[in-house]
Amino acid sequence: MIEDIELEALINDVYEYYGFDFGSYSRASLKRRVSRVYVLDGFKHFHEFLSKVRTDPEYYKRMIDEITVNVTEMFRDPSFYQVLRKEILPLLGTKPFIRIWHAGCSTGEEVYSMAILLKEAGLLHKSILYATDINAAVLETAKSGIFPLRMIKDYADNYRDSGGEEDFSNYYIANYGFAKFNEDLAEKMVFSQHNLVSDTSFNEFDLILCRNVLIYFDNNLQKRVVNLFDDSLAVLGFLALGTKETIKYSISQSKYKQFEKEKIWRKIK
Amino acid sequence: MEKNKIIDCKVVIIGGSAGSLQALLQILPFIEPPTSFAMVIVVHRKNSDEQTLEDLIALKAKIKLREVEDKTPLEKGYIYIAPSNYHLLFEKNETLSLDTSEKVNYSRPSIDVSFESAAEIYGSALIGILLSGSNTDGTAGLKAIQKASGMIIVQNPLSADMPFMPKNAMLNTNPDLVLTPQEILEFLKEINKA
Ligand SMILES: C[S@@+](CC[C@H](N)C(=O)[O-])C[C@H]1O[C@@H](n2cnc3c(N)ncnc32)[C@H](O)[C@@H]1O
Repeated sequence: MIEDIELEALINDVYEYYGFDFGSYSRASLKRRVSRVYVLDGFKHFHEFLSKVRTDPEYYKRMIDEITVNVTEMFRDPSFYQVLRKEILPLLGTKPFIRIWHAGCSTGEEVYSMAILLKEAGLLHKSILYATDINAAVLETAKSGIFPLRMIKDYADNYRDSGGEEDFSNYYIANYGFAKFNEDLAEKMVFSQHNLVSDTSFNEFDLILCRNVLIYFDNNLQKRVVNLFDDSLAVLGFLALGTKETIKYSISQSKYKQFEKEKIWRKIK
Repeated sequence: MEKNKIIDCKVVIIGGSAGSLQALLQILPFIEPPTSFAMVIVVHRKNSDEQTLEDLIALKAKIKLREVEDKTPLEKGYIYIAPSNYHLLFEKNETLSLDTSEKVNYSRPSIDVSFESAAEIYGSALIGILLSGSNTDGTAGLKAIQKASGMIIVQNPLSADMPFMPKNAMLNTNPDLVLTPQEILEFLKEINKA
């Protein structure tokens, strides 16, 4: 592992040269990720790594891609999607218009999963799905709606476990090892770059999903981001986090009511 | 055996894979809630196993189980179990972080990842124990703990259902102790008194 002071030097340089602030990321994870690229790319001295990052914007991009974690799936945690399908969407369905924000959407599998749920509930036509991430490259994949075919079997299983009853293969066309999801699913999606560390609220939403993103932030940044969501959520709107994330350490519990045992909270005032 | 290592212990971290549950069940039900350290368990488990391990241990152990969520504070007197499908990491402010990055040694949670992270934060105040299993996870983690002046214990391979993992650790590290589950229990009772 690299040393603590080396990590701090990198954080400072990245901020100074590129304006990106990793200062409030979880140190345990960040240190592991940085040590991993450092070794992977065969550096022997930390100052060489630092100067490469400073002077070579291409390498900086590679490093960022390697240290951020973009792992995602369609219908990740099927029981979560089951609750969305059975309990949350019927509540949102009574509204004339449904605004959803996927914060930290990565390559978009979560957004396409949501579009499928909305379509099956007959709500997609009156919904809009904003999907944002800090990483421009993952957003390009998300826009394309093209995912590796080898994952599709797992996704179809997840889909079924989440209560899906259609033939999953109706939702995509398979071609040369890839599955391209139907264009009508993407019609209501808007992708854009948004940095949860420094950007502000940009709309009011009925449902915000931010799953497996806050785990990479320290307590202070988690607080700031949960408050950003609070500012962006309509009263009676829902905030959904990853299965092991909580708002408990971030915001007054009197404002939010947890939806059964799920990692879904409803804003009650 | 260096007594001060034991007295200063703040965290006992136990890793295991196939066959480790039997060993855990020979140990955990018989320890009183520790007054000076926390216990953390990192075992390989199926993704579909969301709660069963937690439920079983909560039922069998006298020590209270704390559910692990991201940034859960790590406190003495409790057991913590790494949730399935996340790596478990340790922060300087004594909270736990979770991470969904790629598997390490085909495993998430990976024992190496948690042992290495715990070693960074707890150094000589850490005891790492590696139980039964049939892959190489855990060995690098034990090395890291030893390098950071913590104490390392390996389950006696003769007592392990799957001896490969403890054997691999013995070949590549220099364990402070090699113990059967029964002896691990005695050892933990002893440090619980210290
Ligand atoms: C593990 S993925 C989660 C994907 C998806 N939500 C899921 O649960 O499957 C985490 C994502 O958070 C994004 N991210 C990290 N820091 C961010 C920031 N400051 N602002 C916005 N997104 C960020 C990463 O680029 C990555 O795509």
